[in-house]
Amino acid sequence: MDNGDTGSTFQDQVIEIQGLTKAFGHHLALRGLDLKIRQGEKVAILGPNGAGKTTLIKVLATIINITSGKVLITGLNPKDNAEEIRRQIGVITHQTFLYGNLTANENLEFYGRMYDIPQRKKRINEVADMVRMTPRLYDRVNTLSRGMQQRIAIARALLHKPTILLLDEPETGLDPQATSILWEILNVEREDKRTIFLTTHSLERGLEIGNRLLILNQGKFAYEESGQTLSLADLKQIYQHYSGIEV
Amino acid sequence: MKFWHQVISITWKDTFSEIRTREVISSVLVFTLLVIVIFNFAFGANQETLRLVAPGILWVTFTFTGVLSLNRAFIPEKEQGCLEGLMACPISREAIYVGKMLASLLFMLIIEAIALPVFAFLFNLPILTLPMVTITILATIGFVAVGTLFSALAINTRAREMVLPILFLPVMVPVIISAVNASKMALSGKPWSELASWIQIIGVFDIIFLVVSCLIFTYAIEE
Repeated sequence: MDNGDTGSTFQDQVIEIQGLTKAFGHHLALRGLDLKIRQGEKVAILGPNGAGKTTLIKVLATIINITSGKVLITGLNPKDNAEEIRRQIGVITHQTFLYGNLTANENLEFYGRMYDIPQRKKRINEVADMVRMTPRLYDRVNTLSRGMQQRIAIARALLHKPTILLLDEPETGLDPQATSILWEILNVEREDKRTIFLTTHSLERGLEIGNRLLILNQGKFAYEESGQTLSLADLKQIYQHYSGIEV
Repeated sequence: MKFWHQVISITWKDTFSEIRTREVISSVLVFTLLVIVIFNFAFGANQETLRLVAPGILWVTFTFTGVLSLNRAFIPEKEQGCLEGLMACPISREAIYVGKMLASLLFMLIIEAIALPVFAFLFNLPILTLPMVTITILATIGFVAVGTLFSALAINTRAREMVLPILFLPVMVPVIISAVNASKMALSGKPWSELASWIQIIGVFDIIFLVVSCLIFTYAIEE
């Protein structure tokens, strides 16, 4: 789906998807998706379980290959420039990607090395402070609560200052404090040019974060709303209509 | 240079994690020592018999050790959901493979370094010689080169503990046969020149499987 803004140039578009299909064996998880996302846009993808939201995030994160179609991220093809693309992407999912036996600091140090971050120590302290985890930085991750682990996961995703943030149902299993910190960071991020791509079950959150809403159902975009003109009640009705799920 | 920096970071992470938990080394080491002791009891004290069967026992033991330890190579990564985190990093899949392989190699060599003197003591055989150490190191490289690849393949299957030995053992047959024959000669005090052909087979296997595994690891890990 196009964003409808005819004034946008190719350079503006950080994500461009054309006819994207992803199959797992005989099962088609994504069925010919088209989407263009401009720099700085906050896109919320809503959809029921099994709609293909996580698969789409994994494709954009270059974790899995596509079956057919075209994906360009910041104008680069993931097949030839996967490492360059990954350098610009931060991923937050319901899984923390953290090693339980290592401390939060060791985890951040490890990912810092993977991203080849200059002045690692300084940056680790910055992101730990951002998620208010400085006092627990030297504790093993498996001794931290789920919410605290997710806060470290947010720090991990922001460590390399990504220009695109992919969030796959990041609220799952979070306590209210961690949830509020996550959205606080994202609200701060609204100020800059970072592109946010969020998948969520929560219509309220989608409406709050996204300046563009899409409903993904059975691997296809069923609905798109650009701008923030919808009320929650309207969105609930639309979601029910397109996903067949009562909310 | 960046490639090796990433490889060393992955190896460091696995090693550090293992030092903390001793999950692989302690359990696999106990298993290895138990197998050696059981075989020692099973074959009695007849030195001639022991000399004949010792190379086979040694490599059966190390093969089981390899299966057990390599089974764990990707399981913690998968269980903690870290594999996707690693795959989302701007590093090549080859760096992941080599990093994980070096960590597995280190763990196996540590276990073997402890097991070999115990084996030498119980079987009263001159195991701790340069040819035996060379054979052990080369064969272990072959084990981890193949095992790391198959371990990555196995983690996405339901019966992953069963899948690894089913894939791993048939491919390892050339290394096991060569290692057993080379060890037999080394224990009989044969010169290097006679061992050379078996050692060369292991060396060639190592090179081929290191290159092939490195190349196909991307496909093993992604789908």
